[in-house]
Amino acid sequence: MPNKMPSPPKTSFWARLFSHQIVIPIAALLILAIFNLISDPTFFRIVFKENSSGNKVLSGNLISIIDNGSELAILAIGMTLVTAASGGQDISVGAAIAIAGSAMLRILCGGSSSPTELQSPIILAFIVGVLVAMFFGAFNGVLVAFFKIQPMVATLILFTAGRSIASWINNGELPNVPGKEFTYFGSYIPGVPVPTPFLIAIACFIVIFLVMKFTNLRLYVQSVGINEKTARLNGLNPELIKLMSFVILGICVAVAALIKVSRISSINYSVIAKDIEMDAILAVALGGNALSGGKFSIGASVLGAYVIQFLTTTLYKLEVSAVALPAYKAVVVIILVVMSAPTVREKLSRLGKKLRSGKTGAESAKA
Amino acid sequence: MHGKTLLKMRGIYKSFPGVKALKNVDFTLCEGEIHALMGENGAGKSTLIKVLTGVHIKDEGSIFITDTSGADQEVQIRSPQEAQKNGISTVYQEISLCPNLSVAENIFLARGESALVNWRTMNKKAGELLDNLGIAVKPTQQLASCSIAVQQMVAIARAVDMDCRVLILDEPTSSLDEHEVAKLFMLMRQLKERGVGIIFVTHFLDQVYEVCDKITVLRDGALVGEYEIENLPRVQLVSKMLGKELDDMADIKDEVPEFKATGEAPVYEGKGLCSSEGISPFDFNIHRGEVNGFTGLLGSGRSECVRTIFGADKVTGGTVKMDGKEVKISKPKDAMKNGIGYLPEDRKRDGIVGDLSVRDNIILALQVKTGFFKPFSKAKAVEFANEYIKLLDIKTASVNTPIKSLSGGNQQKVILARWLLTHPKYLILDEPTRGIDVGTKIDIQKLVLKLASEGMSITFISSETDEMLRTCSRLLVMRDRKLVGELTGDQLTQATIMNTIAGGDKNAE
Repeated sequence: MPNKMPSPPKTSFWARLFSHQIVIPIAALLILAIFNLISDPTFFRIVFKENSSGNKVLSGNLISIIDNGSELAILAIGMTLVTAASGGQDISVGAAIAIAGSAMLRILCGGSSSPTELQSPIILAFIVGVLVAMFFGAFNGVLVAFFKIQPMVATLILFTAGRSIASWINNGELPNVPGKEFTYFGSYIPGVPVPTPFLIAIACFIVIFLVMKFTNLRLYVQSVGINEKTARLNGLNPELIKLMSFVILGICVAVAALIKVSRISSINYSVIAKDIEMDAILAVALGGNALSGGKFSIGASVLGAYVIQFLTTTLYKLEVSAVALPAYKAVVVIILVVMSAPTVREKLSRLGKKLRSGKTGAESAKA
Repeated sequence: MHGKTLLKMRGIYKSFPGVKALKNVDFTLCEGEIHALMGENGAGKSTLIKVLTGVHIKDEGSIFITDTSGADQEVQIRSPQEAQKNGISTVYQEISLCPNLSVAENIFLARGESALVNWRTMNKKAGELLDNLGIAVKPTQQLASCSIAVQQMVAIARAVDMDCRVLILDEPTSSLDEHEVAKLFMLMRQLKERGVGIIFVTHFLDQVYEVCDKITVLRDGALVGEYEIENLPRVQLVSKMLGKELDDMADIKDEVPEFKATGEAPVYEGKGLCSSEGISPFDFNIHRGEVNGFTGLLGSGRSECVRTIFGADKVTGGTVKMDGKEVKISKPKDAMKNGIGYLPEDRKRDGIVGDLSVRDNIILALQVKTGFFKPFSKAKAVEFANEYIKLLDIKTASVNTPIKSLSGGNQQKVILARWLLTHPKYLILDEPTRGIDVGTKIDIQKLVLKLASEGMSITFISSETDEMLRTCSRLLVMRDRKLVGELTGDQLTQATIMNTIAGGDKNAE
């Protein structure tokens, strides 16, 4: 063991950026952007035009990406915390969105399938949705934290049962929410040219940023995720922290559900947020977070979520049919995930170091 | 009195990256003999066993087995199957049978005989075998429903039926109660009568002197010697295991100032403490500014004692007073709230949070104490970290370096810093000097004495007795999970410590 470490190397902004995990989604984003720039420069055009409901709004591919990727980005926040604390993933978020969305509709429509006016204020419906989603998050969390069930197996229960529960909440009906106000969450607020889902995602990101700044969430979650035994011996309660991460994911689920049901003012139990859990897990992986838990970066996961949406939109632009889309996506995902795997990154960084030291060695030899 | 030689291992070498685990070790086992393999942690016992059973492959040396005609055959053992073919069977501490199958099935399972099973014959054969060995269990009983002792005996029966000539028992008694141990010993003696050679690995001295014929002692991967049991009194055995000759154990204790307890109530006082880890209830107290320690062989329960004090294991009984006031300590957080700090024995498993930075590792305990809603600003955290990096002379590239890339000694200092930052009244250090370089060891010992002089109470545990003599003014001696003695003042010498650890025989002084 070296007794004396070398003096701290001077790290430039770029060197620090490259050692950070966020470099992965950024690189993916750049590659996609360059690809689109070459294949079709108009991809990036953003225009200011009137939409169907008569608002002047921004529109274009980029706007569609930040609009449609927002539910995923919001879920990625919670999924990152669950992954970091428990070293596993929640595969029930899609089903949980169905449940939370159904609960909101039940409150808004009061049980009838097409009421003429809102039966309760939207805020009440949202609060109920949040509570319901937190409850189911806690259910998953208790199974994982206290009964020590593998997260994927534990959440498989809700994954299987969730959509039936969602349908049962509204007696199998598909209620339609009357009025315009409720559609604002999934489209545009009059007078605001930016899609509301994106604004909500930014708000969520700011909230989690503030929570991390003013609490010990990051330190506790990382400690539990990296070494549970040490965390316990330092007075932490690993079970409680895992449970908390699932409850936070529950809140994210409720927010995403609000956007999802607002988009169509109704719900389709078997289709809503289908397969979104896999994209959410993928966003976490793309963000360079270890799926086995430990250190995490929420910013990188959120960026990862938008990268996935960017990819989807790009493929649509290339006129890949909706049926073939998953296959194309899979190819790109394999490349991205392999590149972001810690072992590959380590090898790459070692290669980089070797190249650099080779260069300086050659230079000093010359001198 | 013993039969002819059964197994000979000669000049065995085995290295792992960075460690020489075995250096020129010889081992001999005779027919009908129970042979204890003794040594402290890291002495090489388990490596030797694993070389013999084919789990590890030796680097150098040779193994001979005497065949039925009496000639020595050199054998190559490269896998557990080959070991079995040569008549070597092992029963491990954790039972490696199938708990959901019946006793008979376990005995005959996977023996590579016939694919078809005649259940009636199998049960009958198993019944005969069990009767023969005096094991009171029905062949059709499900294994999981038997006690651990019986399960172990079934494992032994399986080994016996596979024509084993060398039986290795690796810590078989650690999860058994006295009654079960007695039964196991009866079985071992029976096997001995039949000419089986038994290698017995244990930490319990009493048991060694109860059943064994010979003892081979290893230390630091090298052979210390092979002894007839009657020629090796306990104290001698302990001294051989620890590597201290009784002669040069003249009193080296000089610098520890005599500790005088003031009239105040002790900082910590526990009565009748016990935990789920099976130590006998013990009393313990420590005063302000006192340094004391637990000593005993590995596995004697010294770590379990301090884990009970800190609430790291499930506390099952006892009362605790701190500064005279009764408090309840059932989990680490309770202990921390009462001003206790604990540096665990296994640094890697229980101490560090590997991927986190030095800074986060230092502030962790204090941040848990301050609570969820009171995080330090980054500047404050860096300030704390830098303060202790300087104070303890921690060699790290920066506060942001992950702790896992530091050397062992520096990692230990970081964990020490973590607890010092919480300003504990009472600090428990379990093996703080294990696996670190000599310079750091001395630093830590000096620090312990300095902290005590400033009024902190410290419990210090080390497997190196002279380190404890240099720092502690009172030693509590553990043997076989019991607190068996308390040494102070003039009693603090290597010789008395060893006598107390060994117990029983006093004539060695």
